[in-house]
Amino acid sequence: MGLLSDPSRRKVLTGLLTRLNTPICIVCYLAGIVWFMGLAFEPFTLRTYMSENAMGSTMVEERFSSGERALSLAKEFDAHKRKAGGMPVEWLVKAMQSRGLEVFTQSFSRKLPFPDENKERYMVRGTNVYGILRAPRAPRTEALVITAPCSPGNTNNQAVALLLALAQYFRNQIYWAKDIIFLVNEHDLIGTQAWLEGYHHTNITGMEYSPLQGRAGSIQAALSLELSSDVITSLDLVLEGLNGQLPNLDLANLFYAFCQKLGVLCTIQGKLQRNDWDTAEGYTHAAQTMMLMVLKQACGRSWGDHGLFLRYHIEAASVRGINSFRHYKTDATTIGRLLEGMVRKLNNLLERLHQSYFFYLLPSLSRFVSIGYYMPAFGLLAVILLLRVSFPGLCHCFSVSLQPSSPGVLTVLTPVVISHLTGVALYLLPVHLQEMAVEHFPVSETEAVVLTAIAIYTAGLALPHNTQRLLSGEGTEQGWKVLKLTALLYLAVLLGCTALINFSLGFILAVTLVPITASITPHMPKALYALVMVLLSPAFTILYCVFIYQELIEAPVSVSEGWMLFLSVISQGILDHALYGSLVYPLLALFIYPCWLMFWNILFWN
Amino acid sequence: MAAHRCGLSLVFILIFSSLACHSSCDSLENANEDTEEKQSVSDTPREVNSDGSIAAEDLNERRGRSTDAELDRRDGTRTSEALTPAAAARDEFQEELVIRPLHSGDIYASFQFRTLWDTDFLQEGQKVSHYRLFPKSLGQVLSKFSVRELHISFTQGFWRTMQWGQPFIPSPPGAELWVWFHDTVSDVDGNWKELTNVLSGIFCASLNFIDLTNTVQPSASFKPLGLGNATDHRFLRYATLPREIVCTENLTPWKKLLPCGSKAGLAVLLKSEKLFHSSFHSQAVHIRPVCQDEQCTSKAWELRQTLNVVFDLYTAGQGKKEWSLFKMFSRTLTEACPLATSSKVYVDITDNPEGELFELSPATPLLSQAVVLGDRRTYSVFDLTRAETFGQLRSLNLLLRWKGDGGEMLRPLLHAERYVAGFGLQTGEIHTVIYNNHPYRAFPVLLMDSVPWYLQLYIHTLTVTSKSRDNKPSYIHYQPAKDRHRPHLLEMLIQLPPHSMTEVTVQFERALLKWTEYTPDPNHGFYVGSSVVSALVPSMVAMNTNFTQDQPLFSSFVPVKEESSYFVRVYTEPLLVNLPTPDFSMPYNVICLTCTVVAVGYGSFYNLLTRTFQVDEPSLPLAKRLANLIRRIRGVPLLT
Repeated sequence: MGLLSDPSRRKVLTGLLTRLNTPICIVCYLAGIVWFMGLAFEPFTLRTYMSENAMGSTMVEERFSSGERALSLAKEFDAHKRKAGGMPVEWLVKAMQSRGLEVFTQSFSRKLPFPDENKERYMVRGTNVYGILRAPRAPRTEALVITAPCSPGNTNNQAVALLLALAQYFRNQIYWAKDIIFLVNEHDLIGTQAWLEGYHHTNITGMEYSPLQGRAGSIQAALSLELSSDVITSLDLVLEGLNGQLPNLDLANLFYAFCQKLGVLCTIQGKLQRNDWDTAEGYTHAAQTMMLMVLKQACGRSWGDHGLFLRYHIEAASVRGINSFRHYKTDATTIGRLLEGMVRKLNNLLERLHQSYFFYLLPSLSRFVSIGYYMPAFGLLAVILLLRVSFPGLCHCFSVSLQPSSPGVLTVLTPVVISHLTGVALYLLPVHLQEMAVEHFPVSETEAVVLTAIAIYTAGLALPHNTQRLLSGEGTEQGWKVLKLTALLYLAVLLGCTALINFSLGFILAVTLVPITASITPHMPKALYALVMVLLSPAFTILYCVFIYQELIEAPVSVSEGWMLFLSVISQGILDHALYGSLVYPLLALFIYPCWLMFWNILFWN
Repeated sequence: MAAHRCGLSLVFILIFSSLACHSSCDSLENANEDTEEKQSVSDTPREVNSDGSIAAEDLNERRGRSTDAELDRRDGTRTSEALTPAAAARDEFQEELVIRPLHSGDIYASFQFRTLWDTDFLQEGQKVSHYRLFPKSLGQVLSKFSVRELHISFTQGFWRTMQWGQPFIPSPPGAELWVWFHDTVSDVDGNWKELTNVLSGIFCASLNFIDLTNTVQPSASFKPLGLGNATDHRFLRYATLPREIVCTENLTPWKKLLPCGSKAGLAVLLKSEKLFHSSFHSQAVHIRPVCQDEQCTSKAWELRQTLNVVFDLYTAGQGKKEWSLFKMFSRTLTEACPLATSSKVYVDITDNPEGELFELSPATPLLSQAVVLGDRRTYSVFDLTRAETFGQLRSLNLLLRWKGDGGEMLRPLLHAERYVAGFGLQTGEIHTVIYNNHPYRAFPVLLMDSVPWYLQLYIHTLTVTSKSRDNKPSYIHYQPAKDRHRPHLLEMLIQLPPHSMTEVTVQFERALLKWTEYTPDPNHGFYVGSSVVSALVPSMVAMNTNFTQDQPLFSSFVPVKEESSYFVRVYTEPLLVNLPTPDFSMPYNVICLTCTVVAVGYGSFYNLLTRTFQVDEPSLPLAKRLANLIRRIRGVPLLT
């Protein structure tokens, strides 16, 4: 601080920052990217370890043995599902009752804002069935949840059957200290959402549901099970939840520990672990796994039924069985044992899972990057925005613009307000105007929504600078500087807050937005820079993410397919917001896009 | 032990052959019991020795005392003709076990031991030093702290009303203690504090954690159950510890209060390895003044020790749906407690008139009817004081074999549950749902809620709704909490419409505790005790209002005032609420970071903001100053 209180040294420092501003910014940007890519390099990451004492030292002995019975139950369930043409509620109630559970049902209905074309649903009506295994001598204060979605077609039968088999086995044990809730939910996430809202007696998404009759206290942890074949080659762990929330790392550690113990192949992001970190392939593999996690987390949707639990402070993960025709097979008994082991360890918990990390990235199941390691990568990008604020012209004009007689503040106000109104239009209009769009154009509702969104997005590009010019004539030199200063600070705050909640989203946005926003001035070749700005706009960021994601999951797509995927991603984003309260769509529409428009405005200042 | 078994193998074979015609399934079990019985009959001295010297002394002492008591009684009857009847010491001990096969296939066993102490130590100037059957440790406590009534219960598990119906004596999970002090007590809080500490020692429980922050004085919910109608609730103290875990260390002192200990009578069944291998376990002690006889000419102190346990069909039965005393308690009955005036086992056979639900063996011709909890029940009675009860084998092993399968939920007339709604760590809402399943009768209930101070109730958000209409309570007693001193107490009298669900909601805010106030496991959450619903529920049959001596114990605990209704108390589940919790895992880091940030950040910013900066003139070097002096004289411009 002596540095700042000494005026001459202060002058030297600011001189240095102004003189070397651009090189420093470039170095920061590159350092940020390199730091991020370095996170996947194994020597830089930490090995995962079990932090929770109650789950660590005591290995339980698994005795579950009715895997075969579960498979025959799966066939029975399938037959009843076909007969009922949906969820066989009565059969499930009977099956759970005969296993000694307290069984309850919950019916729910939800009208989607527009038809979901991926899952082909619009008016959703369904029933959740859940059975509670009451722990002996526990006063109904704590519970664990095991859920299996009842999916259409012949998927997930084995999961439901295994759930029932586990219920039967668990019922005969005396050691439970927490009640165990076995939940079979219809219409995957919508059912889970209805159940969770019913359990906590809240209504945040406008769902209609019947109140729950039976409860079991505060839920400590949840496991979601997805299993569609009799034998599997590997188990995949899915952690990414709503709004990029992650469960406590100990849950992942628990899964990994039991996979190791029982010799089950386990994957994360569908990728097996490799041991050759010192080769280029090994590093690329880890980087790909981590990138997949970043992309999935950034999109803010729930990647399994577990994702919705996280909002209620319930640690949850999905376990997904994968049958990839590899040689090494695992049968249902082993999966049952794995789940038994995990549930028993969770049963041993004395407190909620809280010891380990909540913010992390996983380059593999046995390695993790904690928040302390990945935050600098974002910090290096964010500091560029602050460095640009200290750009001499900007600093100067800021002090000038604060004088009340100066017109600076007012000139800034118009573009800011107009940009945000465009953002509000982008947020509200697509869903509300769908009927009108369907009337006038030969498109379906879903297409109408997505295309309206794109149309508003594109129209926004033309709107702000034109209106602004209309209102206040030619922009002054000082005007754009004030606007840029405001926009830079705004973007820095936005990205900073986003990265704290959802690092991946903040980082991806920073990577694309920072370079162009930091360098933009009205004195640049308009056509070239306009093109660059559009290519680095939020919408194109989503498009790139779609392509990169497809590339990473080894299912590359052509441009037209990619475009279709892009459209469906947008519709899914809007749906996720309406159905589950995902915040990515409002964030992009109400804040990031208007902020980007402000920079767009600077480019066309005069 | 193994050698011993071998030695008795001959007896084993003999008995096996005799059992072949008796029962095929439980032969092994019966035989085992029988060996044990033989062993105890033939080797009584050896058994006493092997139990250890203290146990042996204890037994001898008990025996000595029992003969004393009998002598006393005989003396009493002899002298009563000559002297006044009040001078007779008519202490009495009764024991009773009720076995009720539950609807769900589980089995409910309820023990009651009742000791009557014919003394009135609350009378002025009377000093009591002579104890016969009544435990001295409790008697001293009663007289020292001027206790009028004392009810204490320890429960592990939660009574599932929807599956099991109503228990004979309800109790909340954890420990519950309520005491009426005599109205001569001046410092009730002081007595209460000492009493909890003493009881904590007697029962090996953490009752010493009861302090002013979890004690309340309910105004209406807890009336005295004994003689006298005390109404001034200043002399009542009520506290629960929902987190208290009950185990063998609480059972042992409880058993020691019995006149026969666990050596004879029904108490031999109380083996902790089986009692705690169950779905529900509750033990209680109730002390109150009662009438000695029907005319109520003299008063006596009644000590009721109850123990309720529910055995789980699934975990204990291993798939086989049959119960026997041996299977439940790993013991059989061989004798009554010699000190007991009555010793009976009741088996509820109401649901089983033709034996279609289960099969009970050995059959007994003795039947008894009792009106309990608004229902007329039929019981098979096994009187342990009669030798023929034990039959040829000199042991009683009741056997119940299930035929049908239950499992449907019950619809008890009154039922309540409670949960916390909402998410996040700032606010929440407590929902209490009370069901009245009576088809056409409305009845009032008293709801009592005691909420710790760290949940700050917003009492203006209190709503009571039945059938989606506002239901205004006719009586509300609310005592707000004082931070760190007193919990919230909310009592309401609510009329429940027939066949309805009434929901009581109140919002709360979670307080931020001081960092020393957190428990060692703050992320587990904080407990809120059960709320208590007390009601006079309309009875299906006429209740029995006259008290008789030979009434079974389980039906005579709560005095019945009118024929048309009976008293029920329902406890809801306790709540586990998470409070905003700091990350205690790295306090050191946090402290260091905070201190550094404050010191560096605040200090320098304060400097920057308050100082004014000026460029000071640098002082010139000596040579330049000299040169300037010369220049000034010469009249040329100065150097800088």
